[in-house]
Amino acid sequence: MPSSASEPPASQPYDLAVIGAGPAGLAGAVTAAGLGLSVALLDASEHVGGQFYRHPAATLGAVRPEALHHDWAAFAGLRRGLEASGVSHLAGHHVWSVTGQDGDWAVHAVTGSDGGQERPVRVRARALLLATGASERQLPFPGWTLPGVVGAGGAQAMLKSGLVLPGRRVVVAGSGPLLLAVAGSLAAAGARVPAVVEASGYLRYARHPRVLATNPYKLVEAVVHGGALLRHRVRPLPRSAVVAAHGTDRVEAVTVARLDRDWRPVPGSRRRIACDALAVGHGLAPQIDLATALGCATRRTVDATAALVLGDGQETTVSGVWSAGETGGVGGSRLAIVEGELAALAIASRLDGQTELPQSRRAVRLRRGRDRMRAFADAMAAAHAPAPGWTQWLPDDTDVCRCEEVTAGRVREAVTDLGAGDARTVKLLTRAGMGWCQGRMCGAAVACLAARGGGPVPPPAERRPFAVPVTLGALAGLDADAAPGNPTDD
Amino acid sequence: MVGAACAYYAAQAGLTVTVIDRGPVAGGTTGTGEGNLLVSDKEPGPELELALLSVQLWHELAASLPSAIEYEAKGGLVVASSDDGLRALRGFAARQGEVGVTAHEVPADGLGELEPHLSPGLPGGIHYPQDAQVQPALAAAHLLKAAASQGRNQPRSRSRPRLRLRLGEEVTGLLTGADGAVRGVRTATGEVRAPYVVNAAGTWGGDLAKLAGVELPVLPRRGFVLVTEPLPRVVRRKVYAADYVADVASGSAALQTSAVVEGTAAGPVLIGSSRERVGFDRSLSTEVLRRLALGATALFPVLAGVRVMRTYTGFRPYLPDHLPAIGPDPRLPGLLHACGHEGAGVGLAPATGLAIARCLTGGEPPVDIAPFAPARFGPEPLGPGPRAA
Ligand SMILES: Cc1cc2nc3c(=O)[nH]c(=O)nc-3n(C[C@H](O)[C@H](O)[C@H](O)COP(=O)(O)OP(=O)(O)OC[C@H]3O[C@@H](n4cnc5c(N)ncnc54)[C@H](O)[C@@H]3O)c2cc1C
Ligand SMILES: Cc1cc2nc3c(=O)[nH]c(=O)nc-3n(C[C@H](O)[C@H](O)[C@H](O)COP(=O)(O)OP(=O)(O)OC[C@H]3O[C@@H](n4cnc5c(N)ncnc54)[C@H](O)[C@@H]3O)c2cc1C
Repeated sequence: MPSSASEPPASQPYDLAVIGAGPAGLAGAVTAAGLGLSVALLDASEHVGGQFYRHPAATLGAVRPEALHHDWAAFAGLRRGLEASGVSHLAGHHVWSVTGQDGDWAVHAVTGSDGGQERPVRVRARALLLATGASERQLPFPGWTLPGVVGAGGAQAMLKSGLVLPGRRVVVAGSGPLLLAVAGSLAAAGARVPAVVEASGYLRYARHPRVLATNPYKLVEAVVHGGALLRHRVRPLPRSAVVAAHGTDRVEAVTVARLDRDWRPVPGSRRRIACDALAVGHGLAPQIDLATALGCATRRTVDATAALVLGDGQETTVSGVWSAGETGGVGGSRLAIVEGELAALAIASRLDGQTELPQSRRAVRLRRGRDRMRAFADAMAAAHAPAPGWTQWLPDDTDVCRCEEVTAGRVREAVTDLGAGDARTVKLLTRAGMGWCQGRMCGAAVACLAARGGGPVPPPAERRPFAVPVTLGALAGLDADAAPGNPTDD
Repeated sequence: MVGAACAYYAAQAGLTVTVIDRGPVAGGTTGTGEGNLLVSDKEPGPELELALLSVQLWHELAASLPSAIEYEAKGGLVVASSDDGLRALRGFAARQGEVGVTAHEVPADGLGELEPHLSPGLPGGIHYPQDAQVQPALAAAHLLKAAASQGRNQPRSRSRPRLRLRLGEEVTGLLTGADGAVRGVRTATGEVRAPYVVNAAGTWGGDLAKLAGVELPVLPRRGFVLVTEPLPRVVRRKVYAADYVADVASGSAALQTSAVVEGTAAGPVLIGSSRERVGFDRSLSTEVLRRLALGATALFPVLAGVRVMRTYTGFRPYLPDHLPAIGPDPRLPGLLHACGHEGAGVGLAPATGLAIARCLTGGEPPVDIAPFAPARFGPEPLGPGPRAA
């Protein structure tokens, strides 16, 4: 049980509970504590840093993790800030729900689940900052469930935290600026990357020169300017997609096809590339279950995901709930940090009784930075938005939902024969999305199929009342009475 | 669900039917509830009569509809937690037996044979072999599909479909003729003309009635169901604690929970059931979750280590006397109601649909529907009914 100066007296709620200790949550927690608030910071992971700052476990004794990072200094600063701040850092706490309670918020988490003994923990707070990040979007293709096929983000994470390569000859595929970053890291760590298969054309960035100039993914810039990856003999294949992965026990090769404007495979353009791993992903989708369960409104992003609607001070449409980072739309770690800081300023001023947004120099500067980076992020997302033709590379016998083994054919049948016109009804009629991942993996694909090919659609901002699964034993052990504000896990 | 059953039996009787829903198929309460087809929880009376006919009709439907509806005649087991509770159950079952319910008492040492994972030490229970289950959304979708293909193979049907589905179209008003009788409905995008309109709007049936200028006090009663990760069959039947029967019949607005545990064909175990009257509030109640989890783990201790994947919330349509409204509305000729089935709309759908079809074709309803008379809560129209434009 962490104890600290800024912890409220027992039975008092914290001023602020931050969920997610990635760049956004860290910046928010550290800034808020600096402004004198008592803060609890909860994260499912044992480490701070979120998606971006994954660091090799100390035991690996890795030398210079910063070699894999551009923004290591920023992270190191935040981590030092956290240590000095007196924020109660509740690591290894999986938050499954947030509910309103007597005018405050009750954050419900379970801890100890990794060790087998799951325990419920409740944290009360006056304000809430949701910084739960994003998860990778997948669009299925035949063979996507073969061993050796990994998420592009997952491959990068493996590399950063464990310094393991998913294979020796790794094709990187999908869409989005992440791919080049992943390819670069894999190549730098010693893998052969025979191709980076990108569904849209990098040239589209050229229309937004200012995007490139401030692009957080420096490698993109390098590629567009025809440089760095060449050194590792990495070949970018724009306007192409992996339309099948082959192999019996493990992926041995992929088929790549050129795509037309609508992402339909061009006939006669297929060819095979040998590999022993495929890292694939189609951008990131905000992870907003906790927010939607609270009733926070969502918007459709330019690349057809659902993100939270946020006000100028990062507040959601539910009063008293703020959000920062990828939850409001994917935009990179620097944007996440700026938003976290800004949210903390807005929260502190609200808890102080102010109704107006803070107008300090710092707040104004942060808002300006945020708006600029958001605009760039949107331009970038637009370039990578999936076009409706991708479903043409999906034959009827391919599983769309891998948890429940629901094929594309069954989804199509639910739409044509049974009157399903949206992802929710498809799920009711086919079980697609009812399995272990609760549709986080297949939601995007199902939404496209349900829309009868009428263009990319964001999956519904589904209400998943359980952001993570919880045992019945833990639920049965919840406190019946109003609990104290401090976590009860000491 | 109820609308699909009405459409199915009406099409079967040779009528041309248009099904209008503002949402997708099974987008209402049917998509948020369980699919138990129960006689066990009902005391002798008009609802039990409807239920007994329905379990028989479901059995017949299951033979003609695809297996995808996940019909399982798996039986129910009601367990008592005390000797007094067991005595009460025994009396209840005896009265049910007089009207045609099959019920067998199970002694304490017989429970394990029926449900091996049941908590040891329970005094006994009653086994109801007639209880069954379907997956409601699939059942509704397949009933509609079957209704649409009714008569398609008949030579004289001139390729005109018996059933048309208009999804995503909201009914915004009723059309009436100069004689004051129903002539169809107005929707957000047009008009649909028909001499009969059936109100199968479930929890929103009161709003639809209001559009027709009549009163029908349908109200929501919220329920949560917990869904676990998929498991091999640990729970074979529908198993519930004896206090469930009392909760179902209760008129109280306060939260009631009683453990109702059942396995499903697909693997997850479903845990109900809570009842509370809080309007259409969707927000998660951790108190409900706690009580449901406590109840379920008390019955099946092995479930304590099992994870809950999700929960769903639905709003059962209920009327003040806990009976549905079924049949013609004397206040507006041409309007019929089939709503307000509370926590049993899936189970009671076929008998309701058949009764409505008989009313529409001038036949004799299969059961006495007088207790379900739609005008029983107030005979007078609220105000002037809408007139045709
Ligand atoms: C492979 C990869 C490479 C990238 N490369 C770059 C790059 O080069 N430059 C760049 O600027 N950006 C890059 N990004 C993006 C960058 O990682 C994100 O922009 C940044 O991490 C977003 O920060 P965040 O705080 O919003 O979310 P995250 O970093 O995703 O943090 C969210 C945190 O919330 C926690 N969490 C979520 N749900 C719960 C819950 N229910 N209970 C408890 N905890 C929860 C998670 O454990 C996680 O720690 C990359 C991302 C990936 C995946
Ligand atoms: C948690 C829970 C568990 C349950 N478990 C069971 C069970 O085990 N067994 C059982 O038998 N029952 C159960 N029920 C009850 C059962 O779900 C309902 O009784 C049943 O689904 C009602 O069906 P319905 O067709 O009347 O209503 P609905 O399914 O709600 O259908 C009504 C339809 O009308 C449409 N509509 C409304 N107004 C308009 C309009 N103006 N224009 C166009 N369309 C309109 C709606 O969109 C909706 O699709 C449960 C309910 C809940 C909440």
